[in-house]
Amino acid sequence: MLSDRIATLVRSRLLLNSIYLIMRINRIAHTQHSQLKDDADLSLMKPLLIKYDQKPGSLIPLLQGTQELYGFLPSGAFKAISEATGIAPADIYGVATFYAQFRLSPVGKNIIKVCHGTACHVQNANAITDALKDHLGVNDGETTADGEFTLESVACLGCCSLAPVMMIGENTYGKLNGKSAVKILKEIKNQLCTDQPKAEK
Amino acid sequence: MKKTKVIVGLGSCGIAAGASKTYSALEEILAKGEMDFELARTSCIGMCYKEPLVEIQDEKGKIIYGDMNAEAVEGILKSHLLDGKIDLERAVVAEEQKTPEDSFFEGQVKIALRNCGYMDPESLDEALERDAYKAIKTLIAENKSSMDIIQTMIDSGLRGRGGGGFPTGLKWKFAYQNESNQKYIICNADEGDPGAFMDRSLLEGDPHAVLEGMMIGGYTIGASQGVIYCRAEYPLAIKRLNIAINQAKAKGLLGEKLFGSDFSFDIYVKEGAGAFVCGEETALIASIEGKRGMPRKRPPFPAVSGLWAKPTNINNVETWANIPWIINHGAEAYAAYGTEKNKGTKVFALTGKIKHGGLVEVPMGVTINDIIFKLGGGIQGDKKFKAVQLGGPSGGCIPAELGDTIVDYDSVNATGAIMGSGGMVVMDESTCMIDLAKFFLNFTQEESCGKCTFCRVGTKRMLEMLERITEGKGEDGDIEKLENLAHQIKNNSLCGLGQTAPNPVLTTLKYFRHEYEAHIYDKKCPAKVCKPLLTYTIDPEKCTGCTVCAVKCPTNAIDGSRKQIHFINQEICIHCGECYNVCKFEAVMVD
Repeated sequence: MLSDRIATLVRSRLLLNSIYLIMRINRIAHTQHSQLKDDADLSLMKPLLIKYDQKPGSLIPLLQGTQELYGFLPSGAFKAISEATGIAPADIYGVATFYAQFRLSPVGKNIIKVCHGTACHVQNANAITDALKDHLGVNDGETTADGEFTLESVACLGCCSLAPVMMIGENTYGKLNGKSAVKILKEIKNQLCTDQPKAEK
Repeated sequence: MKKTKVIVGLGSCGIAAGASKTYSALEEILAKGEMDFELARTSCIGMCYKEPLVEIQDEKGKIIYGDMNAEAVEGILKSHLLDGKIDLERAVVAEEQKTPEDSFFEGQVKIALRNCGYMDPESLDEALERDAYKAIKTLIAENKSSMDIIQTMIDSGLRGRGGGGFPTGLKWKFAYQNESNQKYIICNADEGDPGAFMDRSLLEGDPHAVLEGMMIGGYTIGASQGVIYCRAEYPLAIKRLNIAINQAKAKGLLGEKLFGSDFSFDIYVKEGAGAFVCGEETALIASIEGKRGMPRKRPPFPAVSGLWAKPTNINNVETWANIPWIINHGAEAYAAYGTEKNKGTKVFALTGKIKHGGLVEVPMGVTINDIIFKLGGGIQGDKKFKAVQLGGPSGGCIPAELGDTIVDYDSVNATGAIMGSGGMVVMDESTCMIDLAKFFLNFTQEESCGKCTFCRVGTKRMLEMLERITEGKGEDGDIEKLENLAHQIKNNSLCGLGQTAPNPVLTTLKYFRHEYEAHIYDKKCPAKVCKPLLTYTIDPEKCTGCTVCAVKCPTNAIDGSRKQIHFINQEICIHCGECYNVCKFEAVMVD
């Protein structure tokens, strides 16, 4: 009898614990999202949702299109895609976290992709990442405080004969070393500085 | 007289080397009106180490100049067009004259790459001039039966160029024999191997060849829909594919009831989202369907149940590009190249510490040494050739001693490496093999989809062991543990990723065991790569007391005042190598 009572007590305790856990996850998720200034305007997604309406296998293009709009996948987008396609948000989240391309948090305006493919690795791509880390004051995968640059390592950009290479925006730079990579970055920074006042005029 | 034509090589690697700037410079020169020529573009001819390339066609013939950056191009153009001089020092290809770079093309046979670098990839007319869509037209006009075409493929001896090496004809036969109202053709362009760019160059240089190959496949097995699964990291390839598809559709070469027959075929491009495992066919299909790209058990093979559970035939880009040539020239012409069991040619991407990095297409059966020393021009800085890595993260290292190995599927497999899709990374004595094995394992453990425990956890454990070894914390018995775990992972993983993930470790253990032992027992890195194992000292003979190293040292481990010999306090030194990098007098020694 006593053992039965204890078993029930343990079970209810476990149940209670798991409820607490879920509440806690929700709370953390909520605070994290609010920190990300996740106030994206979801109406921008409408044409995209219409374009892929009822098309099978369109989840990945939808996520790609969404990321193109916002630079990352805002949490609200999961709900919007789920409502439009009928795919459960958990499944969408599963796909979004499976592929390296998708980001769940905002990134800098300029993404620096340092190639760490085999050819670049044997030509010392680490030196480039190290030099850029020092120069920008961020770690791999992080964004500078001013939101201008995000430093990333990527698998292979397919320019192996020019190794080591990096890509900033749409441009690829080859045959680098730590110094020349920093030099290129400085030039881009200068350009950004001179471009901005022009844009304001 | 035909107008002078100036053509700029605008493939991804050319653009990375500055070809877009060269193109703009040429536009400016044209605008000045001093010289008159027609400006055009092409893709990569394979000579990546000489990019940017500019070709000039006039009455003197076809001359290609290398290293044509925006500053150099005007001078060359003036001397070539106005003074009528051919600068043979800077020329890399000259029709009737010798150039210093001719050795790069000697022994190459261009079948898959037949049009790359020879035409504007965004012009359908130029492609048609070079026999695009001729093969499919002939097949339809002659009303060739599927079994006839399959027999041609079998006779040609073509094997899957994605790395597996499965006979293409047989693969088609299975897909053909499975009855269904809907079948699919897929082109695998998810070239994820780091160090490989054959497919990118092909798609950027000759998209129509791939489209036509897929059409022939569709016609043979009875499919009406083709999908090209291309990795998103190749924006230019995707752009040119879409241009090619739209051009072909507009011209009635793709679409409904083609060439007056009942055969209809449509193709669309599906962008990948960055997952190496999606190169595996069942994972690729899952990804096209919009799911997580996780491989599944086979059978059923895609030929029975593939995309949307319909019979599907998947081949890689290079395989598809070979097919129209085989139809046009016959199976015998293709089978004339190669060895007994390995027919035809194979494209390799030559990279790493090699002088002439680029893309080469050679008949099966040439030796590794031939490729590296004849076509590739040898090792950068004339250092010692140590090993070549074939097959990417699934492949292995072949040591210099086995340089006489011929390249075909069976000979390469016998060494423990795999042919793979064709990435060939050359390494010299300054490459540490344990560091390289660690690099690949880091890649595969990150890219493991997580389905099989041995692949998910085992690769991680192997990586941790390698990390310990390269940090100088290796222990007796580590090698045996690595070997044991490697075999477990190979035997207990579902797909190719896991089954081959330990290959880089196993082959380096096989051929470079002494390096592992040096790391573990002597705590030394013979290639001087693994920093924790290096000792930095200052040569008192060479030190001038300039203090640069002492200033740069992040831990203040270097003692010495101006004009006095410095020395490194080994207890504080963190082996970062900064002193070695900044010393102008080569006074810092590494051991």
